[in-house]
Amino acid sequence: MITLYDYELSGNCYKLRLLMSMLGIEWKTVPVDFYPGREHKSDWFLKLNPLGQLPVIDDDGFVLRDAQAILVYLASRYDPAGTWYPREDPKLLGEIGQWLAFADGITGTASAARLHDGLFYDFDVEAARAGAHRLFRILDEHLWFGEQEGRDWICAANHPTIADIACFPYIMLSEEGGIPRQDYPAIRRWCDRLKRIKGFIVMSGVFPAGPARAA
Amino acid sequence: MTQPKCQDPVILNLWHPLAAVSETPAGVVAETVLLEERIGYAVDGAGIGAAWRSRRDLPAGSSIDVAAVADTLPAKIAYGYIWTSLGNPPDDLFPIPEYAEADRRRLNAATMGVNVSAPRAIENFLDMGHFPYVHTDILGAEPHTEVKEYDVEISVDRDEILATRCRFFQPMASTVSTGGADVDYVYRVPHPYCSVLYKSSPVDEARLDVIAIFLQPVDQEHVRAHMMLCVLDDENEDKVIKRFQQTIFGQDKPILENQFPKRLPLDPRAETPIRADKSAIAYRRWLSQKGVTYGVIPAAS
Repeated sequence: MITLYDYELSGNCYKLRLLMSMLGIEWKTVPVDFYPGREHKSDWFLKLNPLGQLPVIDDDGFVLRDAQAILVYLASRYDPAGTWYPREDPKLLGEIGQWLAFADGITGTASAARLHDGLFYDFDVEAARAGAHRLFRILDEHLWFGEQEGRDWICAANHPTIADIACFPYIMLSEEGGIPRQDYPAIRRWCDRLKRIKGFIVMSGVFPAGPARAA
Repeated sequence: MTQPKCQDPVILNLWHPLAAVSETPAGVVAETVLLEERIGYAVDGAGIGAAWRSRRDLPAGSSIDVAAVADTLPAKIAYGYIWTSLGNPPDDLFPIPEYAEADRRRLNAATMGVNVSAPRAIENFLDMGHFPYVHTDILGAEPHTEVKEYDVEISVDRDEILATRCRFFQPMASTVSTGGADVDYVYRVPHPYCSVLYKSSPVDEARLDVIAIFLQPVDQEHVRAHMMLCVLDDENEDKVIKRFQQTIFGQDKPILENQFPKRLPLDPRAETPIRADKSAIAYRRWLSQKGVTYGVIPAAS
């Protein structure tokens, strides 16, 4: 059984819950008091992850840190259809890797702005917001051109991949960091499509798709 | 200091929360913002707190003898938080007698920054109508969406709003719930920016859990929300109890931050209430009667 070291309000933890739910696999949660307790910097947690970051999973003794790395592992191991991380398709794997790194950039900007506003982290919030807008603009254009070619997802495939899961949470939570999304219509449509994937679950701050037509 | 600071005497004379004592290292200066002013504060290990308008000789992070600080603001430790005032506050803060009961778990679930006015956040706290839609499968679930008739009074003696006989079906009312139940609620608003909620305890039908929200107005449209829990739970670790409350608050946050206008309009014609908003109507009227102007859009006189 997979154990997820988890903080409810963390978008990086949420992306793992989201993929596991979509894959239909079960997990158990060990809550970590990230805020206000800073338990991710406690001795016991640093033994698990010396970087002092969430999330971490323990899959029958196999301990792995880093949200994007864990997405790769979970999809490779637990997706029988092999679509979330298609190991046989080098170009697609390259694209996925590119957008997983992009997701880290979203964490470094949009998530940082949210931590500043909500949990009082001492970050340069204006720089974080500007950085997030730059990334959102790039993603919005990418998705818009994709739509013109009939592509619904971030990577060149007719199905979502872990790149979509990796980018989704901190985009959805961006308003909590003072980053509105009204200028990114293609991102908004993509978020709506993602919310209609079977097995989609919410976290605090993310609402389900409205009752519009199913994608 | 280009922004106008608070000119509202009602708000200036209130006690305002600054931080949870449990999260403030003893004997070390910390800083926060209250009513657009930078405030320094500190606590010692023995339950004494001090607060002052931020100044250069007491920078954040420096060590301090709390009892010896001069030129301070009024300060008080209550319900696990340090409180101060920029005016002349009353001697006492509103009472929460249950806080003294030894078998309760007393925690700060979290202090969170929210991009909303304090009165809008209080109103949301009083609202039961959103439970099934915003706190789905926790504090409410369809089809149990009706807010049944309840009573609201403005208590003249205690100068507070009291909503009683509130009842709502909740799938998971607390960390010790074992299933859905009709839960009784009592709401108090004993302070323009603070509210105290009492709800049935799943473990003792004779007693009530107490959950309070103490809002620290950073400015007219931003708060630090301090969430106090004083609950009956002998099963769960602190972090599990905190997580439950943070999950709920995290669901409210985007709703609060998308309220428009951010300040609460006090003109009865500004927003159309429904029957379920009885406590909100009383709250707006009470703020008007007090002459509160900070964080609200006063009714045209």
